Amino acid sequence: MTYLKKPLVGFGIAAVLLFVVAPVALGDFRLNLLAKYLCFAIIAVGIGLAWGRGGMLTLGQGVFFGLGGYAMAMHLKLADAGPGSMPDFMMLYGQLDELPWWWKPFANPIFALAATILLPMFVALLLGLLIFRRRVRGAYFAILSQALCAAFAILLIGQQGTTGGTNGLTDIQGFFGYDLNDPVNRRMIYFIIAGSLLAVLALTWQLNRSRYGELLVAVRDGEERVRFLGYDPANVKLVAYVAAAGMAGLAGALFVPAVGIISPAMIGVVPSIEFVIGVAVGGRASLVGPALGAIAVAWAKTALSEKVPSAWTYFEGLLFILPIVFLPGGLASLAGMIRRRRAVVVDNPPAPVEKTPVEVTT
Amino acid sequence: MTVVLNQLFTGISIGAVLLLIALGLSLTFGQMGVINMAHGEFIMAGAYTVYVLQQVITGAGWSLLIALPVAFAIAGLMGVLLEFLLIRRLYARPLDTLLVTWGVALILQQVARDVFGAPNVQTRAPEFLTGSVTLFGDLVISSSRLFILALSLVAVAALTVVLKTTSLGRRIRAVVQNRDLAAVSGLATGRVDRLTFFIGSGLAGIAGVALTLIGPIGPTMGTNIIVNAFLVVVVGGIGQLKGTVIVAFVLGILQSMVEYTTTVSVASVIVFVAIVAFLQWRPQGLFTLRTRSLA
Repeated sequence: MTYLKKPLVGFGIAAVLLFVVAPVALGDFRLNLLAKYLCFAIIAVGIGLAWGRGGMLTLGQGVFFGLGGYAMAMHLKLADAGPGSMPDFMMLYGQLDELPWWWKPFANPIFALAATILLPMFVALLLGLLIFRRRVRGAYFAILSQALCAAFAILLIGQQGTTGGTNGLTDIQGFFGYDLNDPVNRRMIYFIIAGSLLAVLALTWQLNRSRYGELLVAVRDGEERVRFLGYDPANVKLVAYVAAAGMAGLAGALFVPAVGIISPAMIGVVPSIEFVIGVAVGGRASLVGPALGAIAVAWAKTALSEKVPSAWTYFEGLLFILPIVFLPGGLASLAGMIRRRRAVVVDNPPAPVEKTPVEVTT
Repeated sequence: MTVVLNQLFTGISIGAVLLLIALGLSLTFGQMGVINMAHGEFIMAGAYTVYVLQQVITGAGWSLLIALPVAFAIAGLMGVLLEFLLIRRLYARPLDTLLVTWGVALILQQVARDVFGAPNVQTRAPEFLTGSVTLFGDLVISSSRLFILALSLVAVAALTVVLKTTSLGRRIRAVVQNRDLAAVSGLATGRVDRLTFFIGSGLAGIAGVALTLIGPIGPTMGTNIIVNAFLVVVVGGIGQLKGTVIVAFVLGILQSMVEYTTTVSVASVIVFVAIVAFLQWRPQGLFTLRTRSLA
């Protein structure tokens, strides 16, 4: 059982940090910021799975983040407005006499909650089926995912009467009956987000160490070889892509009550590619690297752009360049490098992990 | 009928802009399998070249004509520098190059913001391009659009001549078709790469000059148009110019026709769906180099 012990200790430490240390050490304002960062961390875990493990550089996670966020925000807006009435911005623009048909199901809390995760997963499934089956990959896939993101943002901006346009869905007051202006309820949101992050990490950890996880890495490193072994790489990639989309959707749904707004500016081409930096900095193929990287980058953005806005952009540019060129494994690979160096010095290398060979089905 | 013709010409002129941008991209992407995200910022550099030249040269017409070679050289040198400093080190990792060049793009944008200011700047259009031409009785076409169309066609023609007839073109085609074989045949592929990058990025500079005629010049002008140009390259297929040329115009016309019948925002979604549908039929793009490799 030793192979289980180390990750469990890690989860324990993370849980203590998130649930005990952070709420005690941070004030309400900082804790709320951390809640936002943790949402980005949830997206980053998904990108780590799809890109780090699966080799699919997705530059369009904003779409899934946005679908989850808008699904949640639509429900909360409807709940704020009360039964039978329309959200405030629709009255303001005054183009509509009644609620558009596709808003109506979101009045149901169960439908809305399910949609925050299932809707992004469905879109990812559809797109993934079409793209992976035709063996579109590499840079082509990255460009397509980015184009989807651009199209989605333009669509949202264009339909101002029903989506709030550039402003997005703003000024969200309540969360399933809890007043979001109350600091106690905001703390509750933080705990929900922290719990979700841990759950997503546990799920990804389980995926990574399963046979499927091995297969995903194999597809990343030699897609044709896996095909010749009798697997369909398209299905393998699809699972990781859809899972990553679901995580981004979940992050979007949690982001809305934590921040109180969702708008096209948060889900377009630029934010979507920004989601990727944290993953690259932290270590794309590791489990916690992406999450820690995303939190660190988001924190740096707040800290730097509060003081000198232009410095942040330069710093962000360098974040894209330096770690990727000189440290492709991210900060997570530093630990391995140090361990290896120490192992050489002590001349006592750790026993290699026993790996079950992948079964060949044909 | 006039409406259809008008939309058709609008589409063709959107296509001409896309073509100018995508030409350089398809060259660098075809050669090295590298998506250069900073291409949009090279366009921006070309556009600001016009702006700077107009501070010095008063005649708008002359400044535009002088800007064409100057912008080509400036953007081209930026491309060579980028290739030499960063892209060269990342050959085995094309996806990483995409992210690294995005970082370069961010830095270039901020440099533009710090030097020229965040608001858009205006340039003066030369007098001979401010009017419009009337064709077929009632089809009114603005001269600047016509100029851009001509410019893009000249660029395609010039590039074709370079690729098909010169020894540089022969070397570029050799490296695109089979890098390893070109290398063992004694070609200095590294030098060919740098020259390709010079031409490809220089074309971005030309595109930037053209864009000053139809829109504002600002630090983020590159990002706004580059996504569609990438799509042109993806759909057109790599290694041959004709794919890029055809797809640029088809995409431009499709965009303007759909925009006319629906709205801009719906059009962008419809165009995306059309592209995914097209890739079901031709996943490698319209034209590809036939190889027997699996990759």
